[in-house]
Amino acid sequence: MTALAAAPVDTKARTAAPRILVFSTNNISDPGIDLAGSAHLHYSPGVRVISLPCTSGIRPSWILHAVQQGFDGVFIASDGDECAYLPDCAKRASRIVAEAQTLLKANGFEGQRLKMAAICSVCAENFAKHMTQFSEALAALPRPGAN
Amino acid sequence: MSKQPASERRLGVYVCHCGGNISDYVDVQAVVDAVKDEPGVVVAKHTMFACSDAGQQEMEEDIAANDLDGLVVASCSPKLHVVTFRGVAKRSGMNPYEYNQANIREQCSWTHTDDPAGATSKAIGLVRGVIARTRLSEALEPLVVETTQKALIIGGGVAGLRAAIGLADIGLGVFLVEREAELGGWVGRFGPIYPHERNGHELISSLIEEARKRPAIKIFTGAEIVSKTGSFGNYAVGVRVATEPPQTIQIEVGSIIVATGFDSYRPADGEFGSGMDGVATLPEFKELIDAAAGAGLRYRGKPVRSLAYIYCVGSRQPDGNEYCSRFCCTATAHASIRVAELDPNVRQYHLYRDIRTYGAFELLYTQARKDGAIYVKFPDDAPPVVAADKSGGLTVTVRDLLSGDEELEIPVDLVVQVTGMVPRANTDLVGLLKLPLGKDGFFNEIHPKLRPVETMVDGVLIAGACQGPKSSAESVASGLAAVTQSASVLKKGSAELDPLVATVDPDACTWCGKCLDACPYGAIEQLSLNGREVATISVAGCKGCGGCVPVCPENAIDLRGYTDAQITAMIDGLLQEAIA
Repeated sequence: MTALAAAPVDTKARTAAPRILVFSTNNISDPGIDLAGSAHLHYSPGVRVISLPCTSGIRPSWILHAVQQGFDGVFIASDGDECAYLPDCAKRASRIVAEAQTLLKANGFEGQRLKMAAICSVCAENFAKHMTQFSEALAALPRPGAN
Repeated sequence: MSKQPASERRLGVYVCHCGGNISDYVDVQAVVDAVKDEPGVVVAKHTMFACSDAGQQEMEEDIAANDLDGLVVASCSPKLHVVTFRGVAKRSGMNPYEYNQANIREQCSWTHTDDPAGATSKAIGLVRGVIARTRLSEALEPLVVETTQKALIIGGGVAGLRAAIGLADIGLGVFLVEREAELGGWVGRFGPIYPHERNGHELISSLIEEARKRPAIKIFTGAEIVSKTGSFGNYAVGVRVATEPPQTIQIEVGSIIVATGFDSYRPADGEFGSGMDGVATLPEFKELIDAAAGAGLRYRGKPVRSLAYIYCVGSRQPDGNEYCSRFCCTATAHASIRVAELDPNVRQYHLYRDIRTYGAFELLYTQARKDGAIYVKFPDDAPPVVAADKSGGLTVTVRDLLSGDEELEIPVDLVVQVTGMVPRANTDLVGLLKLPLGKDGFFNEIHPKLRPVETMVDGVLIAGACQGPKSSAESVASGLAAVTQSASVLKKGSAELDPLVATVDPDACTWCGKCLDACPYGAIEQLSLNGREVATISVAGCKGCGGCVPVCPENAIDLRGYTDAQITAMIDGLLQEAIA
């Protein structure tokens, strides 16, 4: 059982694409991201997803940690108003983003490294578009810690 | 390479080829090589189909032989197979919550088909991330919740009606909600239908009669779903019912079966003669046949002596509906046989691209030809052209691929556009239920073979042609599959839920009360513990959202399965994508 047709890893190509950590949610945005894959929509392989039950459970410290460790940006694929747990999820998520922005700036990172958009379970194209745009926006920023 | 400290854990890591769905783009051997020396990893392999019996068996043997205490499978979306692989763990004596899945198909190989190198290096990061999370996993016991022993069926067509009867007979309560004033859907308007020649209208009448005999079934016609809250096992649904004045009632159900059916494709003006006198769609033609009994086949009062069927109208079009509607070739062969029965002298020309009368329906295709129908195959890029002729009839011009590609001009009294099924315009319902739609616009099941009526929303099932084109027999079969799926969870009266609830570290808690305000479920209480006031979280009351986690100024709250340590380790792992 050998792998078919897969090319060897090109380390140069890997480092060229900005690395984006996505926080998705198990029931709302992660199915939307899966759907993007099922539809074979393309976005940068620099994108990595961690799925949680709810956007309101994200610790701002995780966002700072991700950027400190080498992610170029963090994207919160939020439940928006669709959250099955918390009716005020969108408000809580905004508060988490605000706190994380403060943390990022206090540690010398640009606020643009964090972005949030509501991604629903059928938002496949929307997600792919967000990833492409965010990837381009991050590529235009200096690498974190490059100074 | 790894930053992680040595681990006491004994983990098994399996990287799935998924046939070639993953391994055509991700070098699975490179992924195994990259992670096999990670701290705690005892077994690392790639496997052709991890979910197959052989794949599961191999894991079970490895777990026993190597005394593994944690399991990672890198394969498809966890939505598909978390339950499968937790089962592998459980059967091997491992706690099922020691299992974690890395999604390297939907979120890697399928998305990066254009970049195999990028996909491979990303897969390495994803697997390392999940290994890091699993090193910190803990053994947990599932929570048990009571479920409501009732189901809601949306749509009172053949699938919905049959499902209602099935649920009632199995001992569950049913609410059947139909938007139209009458039950029955499309089948209720049909005459004889294949494969058994039963009259659709009579079939539906007998189903309605059976449904009405059962007190467990409550039927609402002219009614619509307006809201949905709650979760699997316990949904509260608002239904606007057609009382005078209309009112909204609340019902409580454990599961929801969506059986909203299809619309028939409506050709645009001018498409294959659409709008011209003498041109009808397949459903319109079926009505003509049903009305013809005794009187002969007539169109607007005139007898039909010849007709041409044009296949694939609106189907398999690069700029429209790309899919094949499956039922129409057979339905047209069936219509042709019925016309021949009415009058064997009617000349019938079937202008087709391909004939897909699958399975035993091939017999209908053969019968139609025996009855004298002429089948003409036209090229995909040169469809027939319909024009009015001087005598007031129609002429269809078509190239006949199987007779030397000659151009034929066929004078006919009637053109039948063989139109397929399209998704119903149901924007409000789609928005309400949040069900994923496929590229074709129909509702998407989780997996066409393994979980054919389940959706991404737990406890919400799909049945019939709302899922894609189906014959009436196939719709009924999927309706009954949804019955079984509902019953398998609702009949027990309880369901197991993940015990991934929030917990408080009493040593770190200073009882500021912020978490109390953050929990709308009342799951957090104050507790006196060894002379200190601390927060405590009720396992039964906690919904596992984690909304209290970031509000704690002392970082004293963790969500099980998603602890601070696990997520932080996962972030670090995701970045370690280079091959060591």
